[in-house]
Formats: sequence, structure tokens, C-alpha cells
Amino acid sequence: MSALRPDLARIASLVPQGARVLDVGCGSGDLMQVLEQERGCDARGIEIDAEEVARAVSRGLSVVQGDANRDLADYPDGAFDVAVLSQTLQTAQRPDWLLDQLLRVGREAFVSFPNFAYWRMRLSLLKDGRMPISRHLPARWYDTANIHHLTIADFREFLSERGVQVKGCWFFAAGREIGGGNANWRAEHAVFQLSR
Amino acid sequence: MATTTAITFRTLVLGQPLPLDSGRELAGVEVAYETFGELAADKSNAVLIFHALTGDQFVAGTNPVTGKPGWWERMVGPGKPIDTDRFHVICANVIGSCLGSTGPASTGPDGKPYGMDFPVITIRDMVRAQMAMLDALGIERLHAVVGGSMGGMQALSCAANFPERTDRVLAIATTARHSAQNIAFHEMGRQAIMADPNWQGGDYYQGKAPTKGLAVARMAAHITYLSEEGLTEKFGRRLQDREAKSFGFDADFQVESYLRYQGISFTDRFDANSYLYITRAMDYFDLAEEAGGLLADAFRGAKDTRFCLVSFDTDWLYTTADMREVVHALNAVAAPVSFVELSAPYGHDSFLLDVPALDRVVEGFLG
Repeated sequence: MSALRPDLARIASLVPQGARVLDVGCGSGDLMQVLEQERGCDARGIEIDAEEVARAVSRGLSVVQGDANRDLADYPDGAFDVAVLSQTLQTAQRPDWLLDQLLRVGREAFVSFPNFAYWRMRLSLLKDGRMPISRHLPARWYDTANIHHLTIADFREFLSERGVQVKGCWFFAAGREIGGGNANWRAEHAVFQLSR
Repeated sequence: MATTTAITFRTLVLGQPLPLDSGRELAGVEVAYETFGELAADKSNAVLIFHALTGDQFVAGTNPVTGKPGWWERMVGPGKPIDTDRFHVICANVIGSCLGSTGPASTGPDGKPYGMDFPVITIRDMVRAQMAMLDALGIERLHAVVGGSMGGMQALSCAANFPERTDRVLAIATTARHSAQNIAFHEMGRQAIMADPNWQGGDYYQGKAPTKGLAVARMAAHITYLSEEGLTEKFGRRLQDREAKSFGFDADFQVESYLRYQGISFTDRFDANSYLYITRAMDYFDLAEEAGGLLADAFRGAKDTRFCLVSFDTDWLYTTADMREVVHALNAVAAPVSFVELSAPYGHDSFLLDVPALDRVVEGFLG
């Protein structure tokens, strides 16, 4: 699993053996491949980019090209044990709708996102007065796909308002997992394990 | 048709009469087929390729009728995406056609060509005949079925009706239902054939064939296989072998000349009655209707079959929206499905042409 991005590696380690998994925004299927080969999972993916889908299919993975903002509605209730949304929530047209759908089609969900309250972002905004550009958020304000920036504190509030249960959370900075203390300052991104 | 009579097709005769969706039966059905690559000892490596409307069994190698490469030579062969060094590829001429399988030009029970006495067949009938062919060949289960356009319809029909026969289904540039527009184009072609005085109610095998009508049908259909962008790029408004417009009805424009050639050359290799029967079969195709109205119900038995569906962004004959309906139905039964809309400039015909992304998808999906 060492080839996986740290947040994906963490998710892969937490997905139960043999689970049915839907990876929303699966890219070319790095996580799916690990889940199938190392965890015996039945993994399915949704990805909007045709070239990424073609790459995933050519790896023998089951990936449907589509827009999660719309197509997730077509999946039956509880069709999956686990639904994964990695680094995609902040790009969603309606993150609230997407999260509802995720917890409808999956019995539990893993959601990972970049933390806009990471101290370097705060410092950059304070110092320069411009939208920060970082390793995890490399695009400029006008060409970014990230139309709904959020912080770990925002996400926690959002979950409690919606009655979503947090089963676990993990935090990452500089490509490594870090402890949870002061995560809203210290974490570049976060992984949450959720259920209804 | 004169050129085809000299060729001996490789055929087998089905031992049992073939039951048809119309309620009729067809006895003594001949199925012409070709195979490429060795069948493994455990028979686990067979891939059945379904051909399109005017296609044939000569998917790879050299077509003995035309002397040209097989219709999917770029996809099928040693080291190709459908690798005949690994897979035993089978391709059969559909019933109703005219390249060796039983069709309206074949001799009927009364010793004369069937003509319009040939029963109206369906896509499912075509698949049924090929499943019977597999029985005769001793192949129970396929590694994959593959098809584009009408071949894709057969692939989906195979998944719906014979899910136990295949592990994988690869359907390209196709649909689960012929639309009103699809039917309309076909009806135009059929009327062109029937309006040809040589058609003679389909009883023309002793005389002149309705080549003019068939050529017009082909011309109209050919337009639907291309994109506007493709036609514009290939021909624009360029004139054919002349400096100025003729102020007459010659083929002034290159696109006219091209279409006329496509129409006429088609009549050398295809029977007009076969064109009527096969287009009818496509028009009748509606997998949801077969399953009682809900497309997902058509795939209830195929939830363990792996599917890969491909559409092309410039294909306006069988669109991405058509394919998405199939994706939704397969999701509803939780079948493992992949779907991708590939970008290619050639319209519906893209599945036959140089689209490297398609090669990668096909190769990867077949595993």
C-alpha cells in the first residue's frame, strides 16, 4: 500500500475485508486496485474524467464515467458497505447533498478533504492577503475546482448539525499522518469515517 | 452478389429448428462463422464477436469476398487488443444476412429463395442462433462477448437472455432500444429498396437486384454513421474533379461522389432483402420491453457478469444518453459495470476506426 497517497492508504487499511466499496471520484483507480487486490473487496468507481476512466478500465476495474453531483442518485439504497469520497467534497456543487447520497448508498462513508484552516494557509492569507496556493491546493482562485473550501471545524459542525456519526478521524501534514491535537491548525488534510 | 457465389463459407447446420420471437420456427438453419486463434484445452478463452448490420464473420485476416482486411482487423489479431495469440475468437454471420448464414436469399423449403417468405427475425433470434452454434462447437461459456452497433445490441441481448454463457460483455456505440429517429432512418432505407421496380416484392433472385434502392438506403444510413464535423473535415464544400458547379445534377460535390460510391459498392456485397430483414430486427429491439417495461429487469440474471460500455461523443446515432440508460439499469441490479464516453471525431463509425483509447479499454477489459 506504500504507493498510495497517505489518506488513501489510511482508508484502505480501515475498509473491512471483502467489503463492497464505491469510490466516488476514483481517478484512475489507485485505491480501488489496492482494495481489490489486498483486501478482497468488490470495488466500483465513479469518475468524471474520460481518460482517467479509460485508465481504470484498462486496469480491469469497474468504473463508470459520470458526475457524482448527479449520478449518485441512480444507485440503490445501501448498495455498498463503504462509500469513499476522497479530496472531492470541496469540488461538489452541493456538498450537503453529496454527503447525504454517500450515506444513503453506503452503510458507512470515508470522506477526505483539504483543511483550509491549516496554519500555512492562515499565515499566507494573513501575510499576503491573497487566496493561498499550496501543495494540496495548487490552483488559483479563478481556475480552482475547489468551489467549497472548508475547514475541519466547519466539517465537524456540519456533521453534528446533520446528525452524522463520526466513527473515526485521521489527520495528515507534509505527507505523513499526524496526531489529532489542534488538528484544525496542524492538519493539511483530514479523513473522516462516518455513518448515520 | 455475383462475387460471393464463388466463395465457400465455413458453415454448420443447426441440428434443431430455431424457435423465433415471431412464434415461427426456422428449420435447417445454416450459420457461417470464422475462428481466429487456438481454443484452450479447457475451452476458457473463447471470445464471441457480434458484427454490425452489414458486417460479416470476417472480423480479422483477409475477407475472401472483398479481398480487403477484415472489418475489425485493427482490433483483432495476434498482439492486437483482442489478441488471437491468447483468445479463440469466433465471429458468425447473423441469420437474415447474406454471407453464408440462412437468410432471405437462401433456399427455402419449396426449393426457391425465401424472399419475403423468410420470417421476420429479431436481435434475440440472431443471438439464439449463435448460442446454438456454440452448442454445436461444444463451447459452454465464453470469456467475453463483444460487439459494436448492432453487434452491441446482440451483446446486451446475450447478457439479458443467456447470462450463463459469458463472463464479460463489451458493448460499444450501441443502445438497448431503437429510438423513433433510428426507426425513421431505417424505414427510409427500406422504402427506397421497395420503391425500386427491380425489388418485385422481394422475388428478384432470378432477375435484376434492386441495386438502386439498396444504394440509396446505404447512402442515407452512411450519413448517420458519420459526424457533421467528420464530413465537413473530409469533404467540406469541395467540388469533385471540376473547377465550377455544373448547374446540373451530376455529383458536383465530393461528398455526393463519395456517397454514391458508398451506395453502389455496397450493392456488390449485400442483398437488399437481407437489408430489410436486419434493419427490421434492429427496429424491433427494445430490451426493456422484452423484460416487461423495466430495463433493469432485463439484466436481473446478469448481476455477476462484468460489463464494459463505451460510447463516442460524436455518435448521434446511438448516443451517450442511450448508453447511460444501460449503465443505470446495470447499477440497479448491482452488476459490475464500467462505462466511458470516448472522444473521437468520426461519429458512430468511431468504433471501427483509429481510436487508441478504445484499444486500451478493450484490451484492459478483456484482461
